Amino acid sequence: MNHYYGWGLPVNISTHGAAIDHLIYVIHIFMAVLFIGWFIFLIYALIKFRSRDGHKAIYDINHFKVPTYLEVFVALLEVVLLVGFSFPIMNQVRQQIPDKSKALEVRVLGEQFAWNIHYPGPDGLFGKSAPEFMKPGSPVGLDPEDPIGKDDVVTINQMNIPVHRPVLVHLSSKDVIHSFFLPVMRVKQDAIPGQSIPVWFEATQTGKFEIACAQLCGLGHYRMRGFFNVQSPEDFAKWLVSKAPKKRIPATPRVPAPLKSFVEDSTATVASHTTAPS
Amino acid sequence: MSALIRYISKPHPVSGVTNAKLGIWCFLASELMLFGGLFSAYIVLRGSASEWPHGSAVLNVPLATLNTLILISSSVTMVMSWASLALKNLKKFRFHLSMTILLSLAFLVIKGFEYHSKFEHHHFPSTDNFFGMYFTLTGLHAIHILGGVIVNAYLLFPGSKLYETEPEQFLGRIEAAGLYWHFVDLVWIFLFPVLYLL
Amino acid sequence: MSSGHHHSHPPQEAHSNHEPDLPFWQKYIFSVDHKVIGVQYTVTALIFLLVGFCLMLLMRWQLAYPGKEIPWIAGWFSERQMLGGIMLPEFYNQLGAMHGTIMIFLGVVPLAVGGFGNYVIPLQIGAPDMAFPKLNMASYWLFLIGGVIMISSFFLPEGAAQSGWTSYPPLSVVAAGGQTTWLVGMLFLIFSSLLGSMNFIVTIVQLRADGLTFFRLPFFVWAQFVTSFLLLLAFPPLQAAAVLQFMDRVFHTSFFLPSGLVVAGKVLEVAGGGNPILWQHLFWFLAHPEVYVLILPAMGICAEVMTCNTRKPLYGYKSMIYSTIFLGFMSFVVWAHHMFLTNMGTKMSTFFQITTMIISIPSVIILTSLILSLWGGSIRFKTPMLFAIAFLPMFAIGGLTGLPLGLTAADIHLHDTYYVIGHFHYIVAPGTLFGLFAGIYHWYPKVTGRKMSEVLGKIHFLGTLIGMNCIFMPMFIMGIAGVSRRLWDPTQYAHAVPTQPLNVFISIAAWCMALGQIPFIINFFGSLIWGKKADDNPWQATTLEWATSTPPPHGNFATPPQVYRGPYEYSVPGQRTDFLPQNVKGDN
Repeated sequence: MNHYYGWGLPVNISTHGAAIDHLIYVIHIFMAVLFIGWFIFLIYALIKFRSRDGHKAIYDINHFKVPTYLEVFVALLEVVLLVGFSFPIMNQVRQQIPDKSKALEVRVLGEQFAWNIHYPGPDGLFGKSAPEFMKPGSPVGLDPEDPIGKDDVVTINQMNIPVHRPVLVHLSSKDVIHSFFLPVMRVKQDAIPGQSIPVWFEATQTGKFEIACAQLCGLGHYRMRGFFNVQSPEDFAKWLVSKAPKKRIPATPRVPAPLKSFVEDSTATVASHTTAPS
Repeated sequence: MSALIRYISKPHPVSGVTNAKLGIWCFLASELMLFGGLFSAYIVLRGSASEWPHGSAVLNVPLATLNTLILISSSVTMVMSWASLALKNLKKFRFHLSMTILLSLAFLVIKGFEYHSKFEHHHFPSTDNFFGMYFTLTGLHAIHILGGVIVNAYLLFPGSKLYETEPEQFLGRIEAAGLYWHFVDLVWIFLFPVLYLL
Repeated sequence: MSSGHHHSHPPQEAHSNHEPDLPFWQKYIFSVDHKVIGVQYTVTALIFLLVGFCLMLLMRWQLAYPGKEIPWIAGWFSERQMLGGIMLPEFYNQLGAMHGTIMIFLGVVPLAVGGFGNYVIPLQIGAPDMAFPKLNMASYWLFLIGGVIMISSFFLPEGAAQSGWTSYPPLSVVAAGGQTTWLVGMLFLIFSSLLGSMNFIVTIVQLRADGLTFFRLPFFVWAQFVTSFLLLLAFPPLQAAAVLQFMDRVFHTSFFLPSGLVVAGKVLEVAGGGNPILWQHLFWFLAHPEVYVLILPAMGICAEVMTCNTRKPLYGYKSMIYSTIFLGFMSFVVWAHHMFLTNMGTKMSTFFQITTMIISIPSVIILTSLILSLWGGSIRFKTPMLFAIAFLPMFAIGGLTGLPLGLTAADIHLHDTYYVIGHFHYIVAPGTLFGLFAGIYHWYPKVTGRKMSEVLGKIHFLGTLIGMNCIFMPMFIMGIAGVSRRLWDPTQYAHAVPTQPLNVFISIAAWCMALGQIPFIINFFGSLIWGKKADDNPWQATTLEWATSTPPPHGNFATPPQVYRGPYEYSVPGQRTDFLPQNVKGDN
C-alpha cells in the first residue's frame, strides 16, 4: 500500500481532489516567494547595517513605497486565492450534491472507535434506526420491525464503493465528535452526534486504501482505522451480495465487533489494481 | 505607597473618571460578555429545541415578580445611600445601605424557596435544557447577588472607616458598588422575562 | 530573582525611603509591589513552561518509538499511566491536553502579560505602581491556585483532563474525572486574567506620566493595552462555556449533549437536546483572540529590543499601532475558521474565510514595519537582539502557513493534521517564546542589577533556533502527507508510516533542544551572583524604565518623570549621544 503514500500529498483518486491539490501547490509557491523575498531582505539588512566603526544609524529614513506595494500584492493574491480557488472548490464540494438517482448512498456512523457503514441494500432505502436498537450485533441500531431494513447491509470498518460513480455519504456519530478522513479522496468531515452531514465524492481508480479519524475521540483515537476499497462496479455488486444479511443475521453477536471486521477484511474480495503495480 | 498612585479619589483630567470608576466599568464590560455568552447559548439551545416549556407554566411568576420588585427597590436604596453619602448624611447612608443588604437577602431567601419547590416537583438541572438554563442562569445571578451582599456589608461595617480619612475615595467605592449592583439588577430584568414570561 | 540585588545593594537602599521595612513575607511573598508580582509571575510561568515542555518530551518518546518501553524513568509513573514501562493511550491524551493547557494558560500568557506586563508597564509609563496593587496581588495568587489545581490533577486517581486543550464535548463531558478539575482550574485562571487585564487598562489610561500622550507610549505598552482588552472581553464567553460544561459534568445537564447518544454500547441517560458545536463557538470566541494575546506582547518586546539595538526609531510607529488596534477588533470575528469542518453553511464559511484573509493584512504591516526598522540602523547583535531578529522569520513562517488553513478548500486536507501543529507552534514557540526570551535578556539587568552572560546567551540562542526549526519544520511535511494530530501510535495508519522517520528526528531534536535550555537556566540563576553589574541604563535606551535606578525602588521614581517626546528617539541629529531619553530635555 505504501506507493499511495509518501512524503508529499497522498495519491489523489477523487474527481474533486485535483483542484484542492492545485490550490495547495499554488499557495505554497506564493508563500515561498513571499518568504524568500522577506528573508533575503532581512539578511541583506542585517549585513549592510551591522554595527561597526564609522557606521552610524540614520535617524530619518524616507518613507518606502515597497511596503504599500507589498500590502497591495498580498491583498490581491488573497483575493485571487479566495475567489479563484477556494470559493469555487467549496461550491463544488459542498453545494453540488450529486443526484440521488445516480449516486450510491451510504450512511457512515462513527463510534468509539470504529466506523459503521450502512448500505441501503437492493431496495435503495435505509431501514429505520434508533439509538435503543444499537447493540453489539446491530451497530447502527436498525429497527427489527421495519421491513425496509431487512435487506440493509452493515459492515464495520469496511467501506467498499464502486469506481466512477458518485457516492453520497450521510455522516453522523453515535457518541462523540469524530472526523471522517479519506486521505486519498481529499475528504475530511467532522462526524457530529445529533447531525447527519452529507459528504460526496467520486473515485477515479480502484484500489485498497484507508479511513482515518482526524478528531480526538478518546483513548482509541489512534486505532480508529477503517478499510476503504474502491472496486469495479461488478466486484462491488458481488461484494454487496456477499455481505447481504441472509448470511450475517445468524452470526453470533458474541464475537467482538471490530475483531470480526478485521477477519472479514483479510478474506475480502481483492480489487484489481488497475493503475498502480502491486 | 497608595498615596503615590494618582486619581484614586479625583478624576483624571482627560478621561474624566477615577481609577475605581474606570475599573468597575471594565469589570462590567467583562460581566456583560459573560452573561452575553450565556444568553447566546440560551438562544442557540432554545432555537434548536423541539420543545421548550413556556416559562410561566412551570415557574412561579408571582414570586419572581415580587423578587423583581425587591431587586428594583434595592437598586433605589443603593442610589439613595450614595446620594446621602454625597450629602455627608452618614446616618441616612447607613440606613439605605442596610436596606439594600436586607432586600438582597430577601431576594435570596425567596429564590431559595423557589428552588426548593422546584426540587419538590422533581425539577432538576438535569430535567431538560430549559431547567438546566434556568438553574445555571439564576444560580450564577444569585452568586452575583451574594457577592454584592458581601461587598456592601464590607462597605457598611469595616470598610466605612475609610470615610474618616479619605471621604472622596470612600464615596467612589460606594459608587462603584452601586454600578455593580445596578448591573446585577439589570441582568435580572433580562432574566425575568426571558425565563419566566417568554 | 529579587534576592539577587542583595549582593549589589543593601536592601534598604533598594527599597527607597518612604516605605518602612516590611517583614519578608510582605516584601517578597504577599507583596503588592508590581515589580515583585511581575517577578513572581515570571518565575512561576517559567517553571510551568518547563513542566509543559517536559510533558512533551515524554510524549515524544511514544511518538518516535510507539509502544516501546520508556527507558530509565518508567518507574516514576503509576500503573494508570504506564503499564510495563509503556505509556498508556489515556495517559498520552492527558499529556497532550495538559501540554497545551499549561503552555498557553499557565506559561506563555502569564509570562507575557503577568510577568512582562506587570514589571514593565508601570515603569514605562512613569507610574509608581499598578492602579490597584491589591487586585494585582490577588490576580497572581488566583493564577497560582488555578495552576496548582491543573497540575495536581495528574496525581488524582482519575488522572488529568484528556480531551485536548480544546475540550470538545461530548468527549469532554463523558470523559474521566480529570476534566472537572480542568474546568475548576480554568475558572480560577479566567478570574485571575480578568483582574489583571482590568488593572492594566486602568493603569495605562490613568497613570501615564505628565507629557506621555498615547502616541508617545512605547509600542510594548500599546501591545499590552490591546491585549488587555482581548483578555477582558474574550475570556468571559469561555467562562460561560466552562460553567455550562461544568453543569453538564456535575449536574448532568445536557447543554452540549444531543439526544440519543450511545456511549460504549449504552444509551446515555441524559435529557439531550444540546448542541456540541455550541461549545466550539464559545471556546474559539476566546481562543482566537487568545492567539493575539500570545503574539502581541511578543511583538511589543521585539519593537523595544529592536529599536534599542538598531539605534534608530521604529519604522511606521503609528501604522503599527493602528494595525494592532485593528488586529484586536478583527480577532473577534474570525473564530469560526477553526471550525470549517463542522458543517457550517457556505455563507458562514465564506464570511469567516474573508475575515481571516483580512486579518492577515495588519499582521503583514506589523511584520514588515519591524523588518524595515532594521534599514538604516546600526545593528548590535546582543543576545536579546538575536532573539528579536529571529522572531521575524519564525513568525513569518507561522503566519504564512496559516493561509492554506484559512482557505476552506485547502483546509479539507490539512485540518487537524500536523500541519496545524507546525503552524501554531511556529507562531507561539519560535515566535512568541523568542520574543519573551528577548525580553528576559533585555530587562534582566533592570530587574536584578546584573547582566546575563552574552556567551551563554548566544549558545542558548543557537541551540533554541536550530532545535525549534528541526522540531517544527518536518511537521509541515507530515501534515501534507495527511498525518492526523493526537495519535498515540501514528504507525497504525498506512498513510502515516512513510513519515514516521520524521517523528524520530523531531523527538531527537526536541531532546537536544531540552539540553540547549540548560545554558539558559544556568545563565538565569548564575547571573544573579556572577553577572556583570549593570548601571541604570545599560543598553542606553530611551524609554522610562531606564530612567530610574537599577533595580527600581519601591514606588519606582524618586520624582514623577516628565515626558518630552516619543519613545524611540535614537540617533537624533545634533545630539551629543545617540539616544534621547523620553524624560530628558534635548540639547537644543
